[in-house]
Amino acid sequence: MNDDMPGVLTSKVDWLINWGRWNSLWYLLFATACCGIEMMHTGGPRADVDRFGAVPRAAPRQSDLLIVAGSVTYKMAERLRLIYDQMPEPKYVIAMGSCANCGGLFTRSYSVVKGVDLVVPVDIYLPGCAPRPEALTDAILKIQKKIKGEHWADKRRPLENARA
Amino acid sequence: MLAHEILEKLTARFPDVAFALHGELPSDPSITVPAPALASVAAFLKSEPGLAFDFLRCACGVDMKDRLDAVYHLYSMKVGHSIVIKVALPRDNPVVDSVSGLWDSANWFEREAFDLLGIRFAGHPDLRRIMLPPDWEGHPLRKDYKEKSDYHGIPTDRLDPVKV
Repeated sequence: MNDDMPGVLTSKVDWLINWGRWNSLWYLLFATACCGIEMMHTGGPRADVDRFGAVPRAAPRQSDLLIVAGSVTYKMAERLRLIYDQMPEPKYVIAMGSCANCGGLFTRSYSVVKGVDLVVPVDIYLPGCAPRPEALTDAILKIQKKIKGEHWADKRRPLENARA
Repeated sequence: MLAHEILEKLTARFPDVAFALHGELPSDPSITVPAPALASVAAFLKSEPGLAFDFLRCACGVDMKDRLDAVYHLYSMKVGHSIVIKVALPRDNPVVDSVSGLWDSANWFEREAFDLLGIRFAGHPDLRRIMLPPDWEGHPLRKDYKEKSDYHGIPTDRLDPVKV
């Protein structure tokens, strides 16, 4: 057996696993506000992210991608953290819309979290109020791009760094 | 029935109670009722055939800085007239009788006013916070509410990316 064969093998296996991952990016339906309506459009026939393998799931244990669509209150933030912790690794988070990014319209509010990255680590910040389905489609494609460049075995977040 | 006619009926029935009518536009005409008289006045407003206020559209609280107001928007499905009842309460000890025994819709409205403004409704069957988490400190719609620095470890502040 050639010396460089294992390297070739792992890179090919990596590619195969990643190919499977980026084409089956199941996202959790976590819609807390009006961005959720745009997320439903994104899953609908016009934007149709099904063609990229992104399928909505109702349970966090079946999901690879958490799309935080909408404003998150402090009361909800603990549930969000619980849902995130229930998702199996490797997992990705899109903060969809201004509220999820930084509190948005509710930055001066007493009850809304000033950005979900204070609660869960965020991969893609998607601006907009609310972002159009095309924008969310683009964000999902960016997650796919991110997956393509990853070594799957390294894609584990240490628990102590999980809270950003 | 117009507001001043309703007031005449009330003063005829409760000669000892100091009512006050505020009828200036554009707000709805309102009748101010002293807090101790609210329970009997409300029962009369509901049961009197000519008044027949069978529907509590909204009950809420207002911080007027020098006092807290409990506000009740009443409507009569039978007669088709409406009135607003206001009760002025001291800031340091805002207690008023609950009307949830008369109108079931008052139950959650009063919980909301308790949650956000700290108005306590004596005789309410289940007076606890309705929207904020049970361990929340303070009543955020009060003008003198001070926001805490964090909630369960989630900071309530976010650095301004422009200033950083």
